[in-house]
Amino acid sequence: MTVKTLQIVPDRCTGCMQCELACSWVQTGQFQPSRSLIRVQIFDEEASYAPYGCVQCDEAWCMNACPTQAIVIDPATGAKVVLDQMCIGCHLCTIACPFGTVWTTPGTDKAAKCDHCGGQPACATACPTQAIQYVDGDKSQDWFAGWQQRVHDGYVTALGPES
Amino acid sequence: MGGWTGKLLRVNLTTGSHRIEPIPGGWLRDYLGGRGLADRYAFEELDPTVEPLSPENVLIFATGPLTGTPVPCGARYMVVTKGALTGAITTSNSGGHFGPELKFAGYDLLILEGKSPRPSYLFIYDQHVEIRPADDFWGKGVFETEDGLRRELGIPQLRVACIGQAGEKLVRFACIMNDKHRAAGRSGVGAVMGSKNLKAIAVRGTQGVPISDPVAFMKAVGKMRHDMKDHPGRIGFTELGTAATIDMTQAFGGLPTRNFLEGQFDEFENLNGNTIRDTRMVANKACFACTIACGRVTRLGDAANKYLVNMHPRNWRMAAEGPEYENAWALGADTGVGDLDAVLKANWLCNDLGMDPISMGATLAAAMELYQEGALQHVSLEMPLKFGSAEALIRMVEATGHREGFGDELAEGSKRMGEKFLRPEVFMGSKGQEFPAYDPRGFQGMGVAYATCNRGGCHLRAWTPGPETSGVMDPHTPVGKGEWVRHEQDRTTVHDNTGICLFVGGAGGPVESLVPCAAAATGIPYTIDEFVKIGERTWNLERLWNLRAGFTRAEDSLPKRLLQDAHRQGPSAGVVVQLEPMLDDYYRERGWDDAGRPTADKLESLGLANL
Repeated sequence: MTVKTLQIVPDRCTGCMQCELACSWVQTGQFQPSRSLIRVQIFDEEASYAPYGCVQCDEAWCMNACPTQAIVIDPATGAKVVLDQMCIGCHLCTIACPFGTVWTTPGTDKAAKCDHCGGQPACATACPTQAIQYVDGDKSQDWFAGWQQRVHDGYVTALGPES
Repeated sequence: MGGWTGKLLRVNLTTGSHRIEPIPGGWLRDYLGGRGLADRYAFEELDPTVEPLSPENVLIFATGPLTGTPVPCGARYMVVTKGALTGAITTSNSGGHFGPELKFAGYDLLILEGKSPRPSYLFIYDQHVEIRPADDFWGKGVFETEDGLRRELGIPQLRVACIGQAGEKLVRFACIMNDKHRAAGRSGVGAVMGSKNLKAIAVRGTQGVPISDPVAFMKAVGKMRHDMKDHPGRIGFTELGTAATIDMTQAFGGLPTRNFLEGQFDEFENLNGNTIRDTRMVANKACFACTIACGRVTRLGDAANKYLVNMHPRNWRMAAEGPEYENAWALGADTGVGDLDAVLKANWLCNDLGMDPISMGATLAAAMELYQEGALQHVSLEMPLKFGSAEALIRMVEATGHREGFGDELAEGSKRMGEKFLRPEVFMGSKGQEFPAYDPRGFQGMGVAYATCNRGGCHLRAWTPGPETSGVMDPHTPVGKGEWVRHEQDRTTVHDNTGICLFVGGAGGPVESLVPCAAAATGIPYTIDEFVKIGERTWNLERLWNLRAGFTRAEDSLPKRLLQDAHRQGPSAGVVVQLEPMLDDYYRERGWDDAGRPTADKLESLGLANL
């Protein structure tokens, strides 16, 4: 099984929220960004826009925390998905998630998290600038390594020459 | 029913009461929403003879049926009121994220009446509506107010539309700013909000926008996105932003320079799209659902310490938005300042103070003309107001926003200022509103577009440089211009009614492409003919309102400078605006009489006979 992943490149994001619209459409059949499972964080003064959502952890804490085993691995995509009929709405997964990317549905309290739309993520399709792409897991490292290096270099520069 | 929420929120600021009302289905169908629907309510509820800055004026925020949907650039909302600058009905449009958030809170319209007894802000969280004291924010700029409201209410996703110090001080061309850098900019809507003691509207909406026919809707959206993707207009907007226009207006001698005394600016290359992109731009920024992202996020970098003439401490190192073409022209070419960094600073000040940079720059340019001619000899000035002085530009922008010193005169706009100093001819505008960045001597059609626009001098209702520079029409002849302007006004008006940005029209998404989107969203089988008729109906309704406010053919006019004084040099040398023949054509095309009144037949055909 090739595990695919959502590769997010914040530098390409313009903050247009088409991903939120598309995701909420899949969730609710309406355009309702408050129900989107991908969110765009805007850092105005830094001119930076960062879409974020479930990273589908290898060791998924939401899955470990669930008392009813309602979160399982989708064998087709490798994504961690919520089984609605098993979920009892206890919110434990939302507390367990280190990234705050598991939400609950108003009204039913059932867990809501990104499931990669079963292999065709709507957010990646909707993104007009390829800031969100659905790629093979191993390929996403190419970009991430460069980003890691940049953060590292920036950190070293900030520390000053004494370091 | 989809697209619309079908509800409006009415808030009486005097009593602090509010109620949610249904909107008549017939009005939604006949006006589509946005500007048209707000006009219809204004026609019903806003007395055209009231003083604009009195509690009797009504301030309407309106979204369209496609606001908050993924139709490209479905971000827009309109502010409709009686303009503080013009006294005419005004329809100011803004993007960002505020309009969609208001829609997600469940409202097509927000109607504000009366005047709050103390500085307040309005907080809307879906059905929860609350008027809260704004003492902590009164006197603060736009950026601080928006951040402060997020902190006070503890809602990171909050969207804010607010006024800066300029709106509080009733500067005649104050804006309503949202998302810090987006403005419902013209005609002084911010002064109207300030006169109501309303500092801000903070909105969080969690509801959805339903769609009548989802399959057809997504198909129409997909086609529009596909058409726009590789369109040269779309690519141009993304790459160079609106500031690329300066090369074109310069080439045709239609770049008004030093208060329209000249038609070309030597230093235009310092202000154009390439220079902004290559020197100061750090990112593109999109409004909600926008697939163009023409917004320029800029940083001053090493230039942050240049021109530190302002008295109020500011952080010049953060990233901010702009300038757009109009701002770069008004604060640059029109005042003769050719330094991009000075223009950037002045533009950011305008955003933070909440002022319209077009009217600001144009008013300062008029003051500079007065100064150069010695008409300000007996006035106490902080500094010489010479054309080209970057120090004067930056300091006077700030002084105007705070109404300090001579800024108090500038804050009245160039018409009132010119009259006060007995030189009314320095006012370059119509219906009290300063012209934007197209000289009608270079683009003849803009003459009739400026003269007939319902909200005064404006480039967004009919943009004739398009056909006039592409060989479709001769830029210097009046022939055919009245007809084309009428045609274009109706089409841009219906654009404003849908809630979609006007720029999609130049980026591969003409009005025709919005028709299937609106039809699928609302479930009403609109056609392009009906669409244009909605635009015409809206335009005529605004005209009727203006007639009742006392505007006549005499106000469909241009300054003498454009009608009598030709440029001596450049591509537009020797040309003056031949307004009267264009105006006659225009009235005939509109079905109006010689005095500019819609005929009974015309009103009958638009369903306006009983108004």
